[in-house]
Amino acid sequence: MSKKSYRQAINEALRLEMRRDPRVIIMGEDVAGGQGGTSGVVDAWGGVLGVTKGLYTEFGPERVLDTPITEASYIGAAAGAAATGLRPVAELMFVDFVGCCLDQIMNQAAKFRYMFGGKARTPLVIRAMFGAGFNAAAQHSQALYPLFTHIPGLKVVIPSSPYEAKGLLIEAIRDDDPVIFLEHKVMYDDEEDVPDESYTIPFGEANLTREGDDVTIVAFGRMVKLANEAADKLERQGISCTVIDPRTTSPLDRDTILDCVADTGRLVIVDESSPRCNMAADVSALVAEEAFDALKAPIRRVIPPHTPVPFASVLEALYLPDAAKIEAAVKAVMNHKVTEAA
Amino acid sequence: MQIARETLLRSYRAMRTIRDFEERLHVEFATGEIPGFVHLYCGEEASGVGVCANLTDNDTISSTHRGHGHCIAKGVEVSGMMAEIYGKSTGVCRGKGGSMHIADLSRGMLGANGIVGGGPPLMCGAALSHKLLKDGGVAVAFYGDGASNEGSTLESLNLATVWKLPVVFVVEDNGYGEATGSSFAVAGTQKARAEGFGMPYMECDGSDFFAVYQTAGEAIAHARAGNGPVMLHVHLARWYGHFEGDAMTYRAAGEVAEAKRDHDCLELFRKKVTEAGLLEHSELDAIDEAVRDEIESSVIAAKAAPLPGPADLLADVYVRY
Ligand SMILES: Cc1ncc(C[n+]2csc(CCOP(=O)(O)OP(=O)(O)O)c2C)c(N)n1
Ligand SMILES: [Mg+2]
Repeated sequence: MSKKSYRQAINEALRLEMRRDPRVIIMGEDVAGGQGGTSGVVDAWGGVLGVTKGLYTEFGPERVLDTPITEASYIGAAAGAAATGLRPVAELMFVDFVGCCLDQIMNQAAKFRYMFGGKARTPLVIRAMFGAGFNAAAQHSQALYPLFTHIPGLKVVIPSSPYEAKGLLIEAIRDDDPVIFLEHKVMYDDEEDVPDESYTIPFGEANLTREGDDVTIVAFGRMVKLANEAADKLERQGISCTVIDPRTTSPLDRDTILDCVADTGRLVIVDESSPRCNMAADVSALVAEEAFDALKAPIRRVIPPHTPVPFASVLEALYLPDAAKIEAAVKAVMNHKVTEAA
Repeated sequence: MQIARETLLRSYRAMRTIRDFEERLHVEFATGEIPGFVHLYCGEEASGVGVCANLTDNDTISSTHRGHGHCIAKGVEVSGMMAEIYGKSTGVCRGKGGSMHIADLSRGMLGANGIVGGGPPLMCGAALSHKLLKDGGVAVAFYGDGASNEGSTLESLNLATVWKLPVVFVVEDNGYGEATGSSFAVAGTQKARAEGFGMPYMECDGSDFFAVYQTAGEAIAHARAGNGPVMLHVHLARWYGHFEGDAMTYRAAGEVAEAKRDHDCLELFRKKVTEAGLLEHSELDAIDEAVRDEIESSVIAAKAAPLPGPADLLADVYVRY
């Protein structure tokens, strides 16, 4: 056990799995870098934010493949390779670039197993970074997990900390279905204790980062951290919260969410993705349908507005959920007065 | 080659403006005051300017993540660009787009682009507008050697030929896409690609303004005359990292220094026009000074400009909703 960053945790998961299974390969734009360069330096970047650094030197060019800037072909190639014996981990860099290769994910990899009557396995992992907070503007900041969650056949993972990232990525690589693994780009330098050895975290099992009596907060990815910050503050004001990190949006741990709502009777959902048809909407529908009688107050969603992600820092801050907005939402559900029907 | 004095002066000024704008951003970025990603066009100025010197506001261009140079070459106003990069409400995109999304449709500038390969299909559409609206305009897609491999780019070469569109595909080949060399990433040649799609191929040295101006002039004339698309392959070197913060360990020591020493488009321009007696050193010096002042005041104004407000967050998602 030692302190590791989110970046290191992901790197370590890749390294351990590549050592364990020779069929695991990685590919993507500049996952090594320096190919065709004039200095002879290999592994010049190790990923645009250094996440795959050192893997090329350990595993070589056959298992760490730099690609041209051609998402449709290499993401598709990863899907094809996955269906025929390899276990590729393809990096899409920014998840926004899925616009260039969605067909290969949505119509190909996701559907093989079902369309082929259960005869295919596609052990593919697509890693991509997502999220706002980097002033990277509208085409490099989206939180597109609802898009993938929407597609039957894909599993969708959103690790909320270094510990989570390592265990969930190892699980993703060993999983036989296509998995979209989404890393929040603002979290790469976050650190916590992470075991040195291999471990897995199962999909579809939510993690309760704290338990309380008054309000259940369901939060995704980086929002888990913000929800806990808000919950710390609320605790001091006498309001106790449960914070649920679903870890995976597909599969979704419905039971844990419903159990917690049954206990607290109040629900706040924190979701960084665009508000229409997002996870907050999905979880709201689940709870409205399955736990209506437990609710003491309307469900509250802490979500961005229905706009692209703006560039300017002030606007980006307004756009994003934050601890203060979560705190306000929790207080609003706590203060809700039930009006008796006449 | 006959070039109007006015064109020479304007082009030199545009190239100097790009150079100073980018060098200044390089300095300002290091102070941490500039948010987001910044990709500099230094070293490539003659390409954008040489091409755009053949265009008017009635023609359309698309740019890339490395877009500041194309914007300036196409006449986008410098202080509005600077303010945009600082995320201010006085920016050309009101602080909502930033470096990678500077656009000014009144200048026929359909945007820098955060998506590699995003521009070429758009220019097929712009060319279709020019063709069907019979306004005499052409569309120019600037894109890199890296972007030349994207499916969207290759599909556009085909579509433009099939529809016989007035598009010029300008491959700005600086030898790298991020940290990967084009000798690794680009199969075959740009020439063979153009020929494969049945369009004329032209190439030129991108550090030589005159070569770019003349070759682009021919390419644009071909497209404007209704003869269909052309590929123009411009050979370049970029002087800074892929983006600010890139240590460029993948490039040989001295590669950039050599480009600066032997292929500085501004130096080459000055030498040529003064030796040929077309312009005086003093005229060029005056431009240098005016540009220095313009960049300085654009930075001061950008720093002092107001931030966007809450209403800006929600504005302009749609025309009407
Ligand atoms: C679809 C897509 N893939 C990847 C990227 C990340 N990216 C940004 S610029 C770049 C390199 C582009 O190289 P090139 O086209 O040669 O342009 P240059 O940077 O050399 O001007 C890459 C890979 C992106 N922005 N969009
Ligand atoms: Mg390039």
